[in-house]
Amino acid sequence: MTSNERAAAWWDRDAGPVVRPYAMTGGRVPAAARFDVVATVRAAPLGGALPPDLQPEHRQILAAARSPITVADLAAELDLALGVVQVLLHDLAVQELICLHEPGRASAVPDENVLKAVVNGLRAL
Amino acid sequence: MDYARSDRTVPLALKILVAGGFGVGKTTLVSAVSEIRPLHTEEVLTSAGLDTDDTSGVEQKTTTTVAMDFGRISVGSDIVLYLFGTPGQDRFWFLWDELAHGALGAVVLADTRRLADCFPSVDYFERRGTPFLVAVNCFDGEQRFATQAVRNALDLDPDVPVVLCDARDRRSSKDVLITLVEHVMDQVARTQTPASVRSW
Ligand SMILES: Nc1nc2c(ncn2[C@@H]2O[C@H](COP(=O)(O)OP(=O)(O)OP(=O)(O)O)[C@@H](O)[C@H]2O)c(=O)[nH]1
Ligand SMILES: [Mg+2]
Repeated sequence: MTSNERAAAWWDRDAGPVVRPYAMTGGRVPAAARFDVVATVRAAPLGGALPPDLQPEHRQILAAARSPITVADLAAELDLALGVVQVLLHDLAVQELICLHEPGRASAVPDENVLKAVVNGLRAL
Repeated sequence: MDYARSDRTVPLALKILVAGGFGVGKTTLVSAVSEIRPLHTEEVLTSAGLDTDDTSGVEQKTTTTVAMDFGRISVGSDIVLYLFGTPGQDRFWFLWDELAHGALGAVVLADTRRLADCFPSVDYFERRGTPFLVAVNCFDGEQRFATQAVRNALDLDPDVPVVLCDARDRRSSKDVLITLVEHVMDQVARTQTPASVRSW
C-alpha cells in the first residue's frame, strides 16, 4: 500500500467544502482512529534531508518533537487544533519521520504503586 | 543513540477529565491546580438534513470549534497528570470518547442550584465504566447541601465519592484530585481481590 492509499484509507476526504482549520491539511479531517491525546511523539532520527514537500506545520511539529512531547502538548504549544495535529502527525508517521509511543491502552489502570506515587505527588504540591 | 533508553525516560502520562455543566467551574478548577493552557479542536460534525422535506440525503458537514481546558501537573519525576476540561453538552460526547479512552478517572463538577446539569456527565461515566467522583462546587459557600442529598438526587452508586469543594481554591481542588485517585485505588483493590482469591 502506498502512503497515499494508506492516507486515503485513514482519512475522510469527503469533508465537503474545505473549512478553515483543515485548509492546511488539504481538507482532510481525522477519521475514527486517532492517536491518543497523551501519546508521546518524538521526531525520528534523520537519515538525510527532510522531504521537500513538507508543510511549515509539519516542520513545526518535527522541531517541537525533538524531545518527546504529547499530542495534546503539541497542539497547545503550536496553537493548532487537536484534529489538525492528528492529520499532520499521521502524514509524518506514514513517512516514518516520527515515532509514537502510545500509552498502555489495554491496561488503562496503572498499578497501585503508580497511584500511590500520584497521591503523594499531589499532596506534596 | 540510545533510543530504547530514552523511551523509558518518557514520563507516564495519565489523563483526568473534568466534566460538568455550563459555568460550573471547570476552568476555575483546572487553573487552580495546574498550569493551564488553552487547547482547542475543530470537530467535523455531520448532520443529515433534519428537514423531513429534504429527500436529497445530502449530508452537511461543518466544523465547530471546541475549546478545552488543558492542565498539566508533574507529580514526581516521571509521572505527569493531564487534566482535560470540556463542555458537558451532548453534542460534544464524541470528543469525550476520544479523551476518556484510557483515562484514569473523571471529576464531575456540580452546582447544587443546577444539579440536573451534571446528569449527562454522570450517565456518561457510569456507562463507560470510568471511575469518577462528584465534586459539589460551593459557590459562595451558600449551597452546602448535605452530600447525602446530592447523592440521592443523582442516584449514585454508594461507592462513588461526593465531596464539597471550592474550585477557586488550590488546596480544595487538589483534595478533589487526591480523593479521585484514592477512589481509583479502591476500585483497583476491589477488582483485584476476587482474582487473587481465585488464584489462591
Ligand atoms: N463564588 C464562586 N465562584 C466561582 C467558583 N468557581 C467558579 N466560579 C466562577 O464561576 C464562573 C464560571 O466558572 P468557570 O470556571 O469559567 O466555569 P466553566 O465550567 O469552565 O464554564 P464553561 O467553560 O463556560 O462551561 C466564573 O466567573 C468563576 O469565577 C466558586 O467556587 N465560587
Ligand atoms: Mg470553561
